[in-house]
Amino acid sequence: MSDRLLVATRKGLFRLERKRAGWTADLIGFVGNPVTNALRQDDGVIFAALKLGHFGPKLHRSDDDGRTWREIAAPAFAADTPGEPSLFQIWSLEGGGPHHPNRLWIGAIPAGLFRSDDRGESWQLMDALWNVPERTRWFGGGYDDAGIHSISPDPRDPDRTFVAISCGGVWETRDDGATWTVLGKGLFAPYVPPEQAEDSAIQDPHRVSRCAAAPDVMWMQHHAGIYRSADAGAHWTRLSLPCDDFGFAVAAHPRDAQTAWFVPAIKDEIRMPRDGALCVSRTRDGGKTWQIMREGLPQRDAYDLIYRHGFDVDASGSRLAMGSTTGALWTSDDGGERWELVNAHLPPIYAVSFV
Amino acid sequence: MAEIHFTSHLRNLVPDGPIAAPGLTVGEALENLVAGQPHMRGYVLDDQGRLRKHVCIFADGERLAHDGALSHRIGPDTKLYVMQALSGG
Repeated sequence: MSDRLLVATRKGLFRLERKRAGWTADLIGFVGNPVTNALRQDDGVIFAALKLGHFGPKLHRSDDDGRTWREIAAPAFAADTPGEPSLFQIWSLEGGGPHHPNRLWIGAIPAGLFRSDDRGESWQLMDALWNVPERTRWFGGGYDDAGIHSISPDPRDPDRTFVAISCGGVWETRDDGATWTVLGKGLFAPYVPPEQAEDSAIQDPHRVSRCAAAPDVMWMQHHAGIYRSADAGAHWTRLSLPCDDFGFAVAAHPRDAQTAWFVPAIKDEIRMPRDGALCVSRTRDGGKTWQIMREGLPQRDAYDLIYRHGFDVDASGSRLAMGSTTGALWTSDDGGERWELVNAHLPPIYAVSFV
Repeated sequence: MAEIHFTSHLRNLVPDGPIAAPGLTVGEALENLVAGQPHMRGYVLDDQGRLRKHVCIFADGERLAHDGALSHRIGPDTKLYVMQALSGG
């Protein structure tokens, strides 16, 4: 099980490490600055995305596992990009999968998808996705503009990549970005007039997580419900839960296609744990039945919200970590049955990843 | 040439002390100053060359309205300050 976490927060990038006496937290970069996401690759190279309050989004790279940093060029929309967009936030950062070791993906707000094939030295907007006619129907989910929060290269196919957009539906390319197709049959949006509720292009997936060992299986926390796909996002089935099915985060078990975790909150206008009691929901049979797990989590006066990138499962599938927008971080060593509070006083947490 | 001072928050990007830059407007002077320094440009201007929302410009002591700041005409002795607006935190 992984003993290290990268935690991107409102006030800097932390590395948390489990030692004999418990977890330690070290601020390894960008003191006082919002880090919207971070990605560590197997050779110790770390990319950190910043969102400076005055000076905009920035990208930094460390070649020595976080000891030193240098700023590299952040993606930018060219001056002749239709709509004259400007990068507001780097929202998601992903590697290129096993077929593209030098590739990086960035999902942005506004909903530009940027790709680098030289490990971040240069970036290219996926014009074909930006220019889909459906983009005129996209809109912001919690932000002024739509954004790309989930990017998933298909581990089987070097030309196939899936993305999820709030609020712009789910899309894939099968030709390495030359063309894009909207997916998402079965998704339902109650926040638009009824005749538009099944429009794929205006769906609001909050986060999508793919099962690494069974790549056709994906799990989605949608704005209005929880869904599972068994065909890499083409079709989705809404699942029925014995608890709130609103939230922002989801994690698919890396090896077990029947298992996934979500963090329930009261829907929509409220977005907090019900009755001040934090819990995690888990299914181990593809969504037919659910466990609501509370041990070690605060059960009164707790208003933590786990945001989209604030939940992770390690490669073993047994260790979990979740960090809240109010700065609390928990881990579990047994698939979520029991939780341990690691730190209740971090800055607001945007992203958590086992490294 | 206009004399441009930067907020100390950008001290890692710009040398201490004012920088002279030619231009008939604030926008021209800034573009001339950052020519060849794309990193620096991105701290003050967005992808479309607009003044970032939470950056404000003072010209000879007057805080320029955001919308017209880049087109504000300047003279050879104009003193400009590029500051972070506290609206950005």
